[in-house]
Amino acid sequence: MLAVDSVSFARAQMAFTLGFHIILVPLGVSWAAMTLIANWRGIKRNDADAMLLAQRWSKYMAVTFAVGAVTGTVLTFEFALLWPKFMDQWGPAFGIPFTFEGLFFFTEAIFISIYIFGWKRLRPWPHFWSGVPIVIAGIAGSASVIAANAWMNDPEGFTLNKAGEIVDVDPLGVIFNDAMPLEALHMIVAAYLVGGFLIASVYAVGMLKGRRDRYHRIGFLIPFTVAAIATPIQMGVGDSLARWVYNNEPTKFAAIELVPETSSDVPETLFGHLNDDGTVSGGIAIPGLASILSDPSDGTSTVIEGLDTFPADERPTTRQVNTVHLAWDVMVGLGTLLMLLTLWYWLSWIFRRDMPKSKWFLRIASVAGVASIVAMEAGWVVTEVGRQPWVVHDYMKVEDAATTNQGVWITFTAVVLLYAAVGVTLILVLRSMSRRFRAQEEDDTDVPYGPRPLEPGV
Amino acid sequence: MLFFGVTAYAVFGGADFGAGFWDLIAGGPVKGARPRALVDHSIGPVWEANHVWLIFCLVVLWTAFSEAFASIGLTLFVPLTLAALGIVLRGSSFAFRKTMFRTRERRVFGAIFALSSVLVPYCMGAIAGAIASGRVPAGGEAGDPWDSWVNPTSVLGGVLAVTVCAYLAAVYLVWDARRLGDDALVEYFRRRAVVAAIVAGVVAGAGIFVLHADAEYIFDGLTSRALPLVIASAACGIGSLVLLLRHAHRYARILAIGAVATVVWGWGVAQWDYILPETLTVVDAAAPSGTLTTVLVVFAIAAVVILPSIGLLYWLDQRGLLPEESVDAPPSASPNRDEVRYT
Repeated sequence: MLAVDSVSFARAQMAFTLGFHIILVPLGVSWAAMTLIANWRGIKRNDADAMLLAQRWSKYMAVTFAVGAVTGTVLTFEFALLWPKFMDQWGPAFGIPFTFEGLFFFTEAIFISIYIFGWKRLRPWPHFWSGVPIVIAGIAGSASVIAANAWMNDPEGFTLNKAGEIVDVDPLGVIFNDAMPLEALHMIVAAYLVGGFLIASVYAVGMLKGRRDRYHRIGFLIPFTVAAIATPIQMGVGDSLARWVYNNEPTKFAAIELVPETSSDVPETLFGHLNDDGTVSGGIAIPGLASILSDPSDGTSTVIEGLDTFPADERPTTRQVNTVHLAWDVMVGLGTLLMLLTLWYWLSWIFRRDMPKSKWFLRIASVAGVASIVAMEAGWVVTEVGRQPWVVHDYMKVEDAATTNQGVWITFTAVVLLYAAVGVTLILVLRSMSRRFRAQEEDDTDVPYGPRPLEPGV
Repeated sequence: MLFFGVTAYAVFGGADFGAGFWDLIAGGPVKGARPRALVDHSIGPVWEANHVWLIFCLVVLWTAFSEAFASIGLTLFVPLTLAALGIVLRGSSFAFRKTMFRTRERRVFGAIFALSSVLVPYCMGAIAGAIASGRVPAGGEAGDPWDSWVNPTSVLGGVLAVTVCAYLAAVYLVWDARRLGDDALVEYFRRRAVVAAIVAGVVAGAGIFVLHADAEYIFDGLTSRALPLVIASAACGIGSLVLLLRHAHRYARILAIGAVATVVWGWGVAQWDYILPETLTVVDAAAPSGTLTTVLVVFAIAAVVILPSIGLLYWLDQRGLLPEESVDAPPSASPNRDEVRYT
C-alpha cells in the first residue's frame, strides 16, 4: 500500500466535510426564521404571495435540512474515525456541548417535520407557532457546537491528573469558556447574513431575468433585509472578536496580521506573504493600522506579539501563516464589500422609500450569496488553521489526535466523490423544484390550511 | 460513580434501541409503487427525528464513554465509514426522491435509498457483533481492521439487524396501511411481516450457536444473567407472530417492539459489566462525574422537552394531520404518482 500520511488526509477530510456542511448550516439556522416572516405576513396581512413563498421555502428547506442532517452525522462519525485519540482523552469535556446540541437538534428535527408536513391540515396560527421552536433550536444548537469549537481554542473547565487524564469536569466552565460568547455570536449572525444573502441572490437573479412580479420582490426583500440587518452587527461582533483574539490567542493574531517579530506600530498588511526567514514581502502595508485597531486607546504604540515569541513547533508553519493571513484578508475584504452593499440598500430606503432600482444593485446582490459563503469559509480557515498545530490549544497537537489508520486516503477520496455527487444533485434538485413551481403557477391546487379531503388520501 | 455509570448505560441502551428504531422503520425492501408510496408516506414526516436518535447515541457514547468510542473508531474504521457514507446516501436520496416525478429519476434514487437502507443496519449489526465478541481492544490500539467485523458474530449481527429491520418495518406498515384503509396493502405487508418474523427468529436461534462458538462471554451472559430477557424476547416474537396470523395488528406491533427491545437489552445485560467485553468495563470507561451529571441533566431535559414533542409529532402523524407533502402533489394524489408529470 502507498505510504501515506494519515494525519494530512484526516485533516483534509475533516476540512472538506466541515466546509461542505457549513454551507448548509446557515440555511438550517436562518431559513426557518425567514420562512416564518413570510408566513406571518401571509396570515396577518392576508398576503397570498408571502404565503406561497413561505410554503415553497419550507419545501426547499426540507431538502437542504435533510442533506445538512446527514452531512452533520458524518461529522459525528468522523470524530471516531479520524480523531479517536482526541476523543479518548478529551471526550468527557469536549462532548458536553454536543449533548446539548443533540437536544436542540432533536427539537429542530421534530418541529421542522411538523411545520413542513403541517401546511395542509393544521390551522394557520398553530402551524405558524410550530415553526418557532425551529428558529430557537437552530440558534441554540449553533451556540452549542461553537461552544465546542471555542473550547478547542480556549480549553477550560477540567482538571487533569499527572497522567494527563481528565479527572474532573465543570460542565458550565466547558460550555461557557471565554472564547464562546463572541465566537458563537459571530457564527449565529453569520448564519443569518449568509442565509439572507444566499436566498436573496436567487431572487435577484430571477428579477434580472425579468421576473419583476410582487412574488419575486418579496422573495428578495425578506432575506435581503435580514442580511442587511445582520451585516452591520457582524462588523461590530467581528471587530470585538478580533480584539479578543489579540488579547487571548496571540499566535493566531500574529498569523492574522502577519507579524513575524514582536513590536509596536505594526502595519496592517493587505495580502503579501511571509517568507521562511521571517521577512514579509509583497502586499500593501498601511503604517501603524494593525496596532491602532488592536487597541485604539493606545494607538500606534500598541505592542503586538510576533510569531517569534513562540517556539517553532508551537505556532503555525509559514505556509499556514500565509493561509491564515490570506483567508483573513478575504473575509474582511468581502465583509466590507457586503457592508457597502448593505449601506446602498439602507440609504435607498431612507431617501427613496424603496429598494435600489439600479440593475447593478441586483447584479451585485446576485453574487452576494456566493461572496458571503466564501467569507464564512475564510473565517473558518482563519480560526482553524490559526490554531495549528494544536487541536486543543496548548494541550494536544493535531498529529497526536489523528487515527493511525492507513486507509484515510481512500475514505477521503470516497467522501470527496460522494459529496461532489450529493452537492451537484442538491443544486439540480433545487433548480428543478423551482422550475416546477413556475410551471405550476397557473393551476395552483396546493391551497394551504385547506379542509381535510373527504377521502383519506395516500 | 457506579450508579451514574449504570444509569447512563441504561439510558444509552435505550437510546441505542431508538437508533435502531429509525433504521428499522425504513429497512424493509419494498416493491411496487403502492407499497413504496406507503413507505414514503409513513416515514416522510418522522425519519429525521428518528435519525437524531443515532446522533444522540453517538454523542452520549463519546461524551460519557470516550475511551470506548475511541477504540471503536480505531478498530472498526471500515464498517463505520461504510455506515456513515450509507447514511448520507440514504438520507439525501430519500429527500431527493420526494422531489422527483419522473419515474426513471425516482427509480435511481429509490434504488440508492433501498440499498443503503440495507447497508447501514448491516454495518451497525456487524459493529455490534464486533464489540460483543470482544474484538475491539481498549486503550488506544487498533484491533484487526478486517477480522474485527468480518467474523461469525459480526455476520450474525449484521444479518440479524437487517432481518429485524425488515420485520419491524413490515409490522409498522401493516398498521399504517390499515389506518389508511388499504386492505390489499395490509395483506401485502402482513405476509411479509410473517416471513420476516420467521426469518429473524431462525437467525436469532442460529445465533445462539454462533455465539457459543465465537463469543463465549456473551453466550455465558445470555444463558445466565440475561436469560429472562432472552426468554421474554422469544415469547414476544412468537406472540407477535401468532397475533399477525390472527390479524390482531395493534398488539402485534407492541409485541414486535418488545421482542426487539429485549434483544438489545439482552445484549447489554449479557456483556455487563464490560462496555468492550473482557477489556474495558463500563466503570473504567465512564467519564468523570461532572460529565455524567451533565449527560443525565440533558436526559432529564430531553424527557421534559423532547418526549412530549416527539409524542406530538407521532400523534399528529397518526392522526393524519401531516399528510405526505411532495413538492407539488395535489392533496388527493393517487399512489400511482410515479406517472410522468410536468415533464
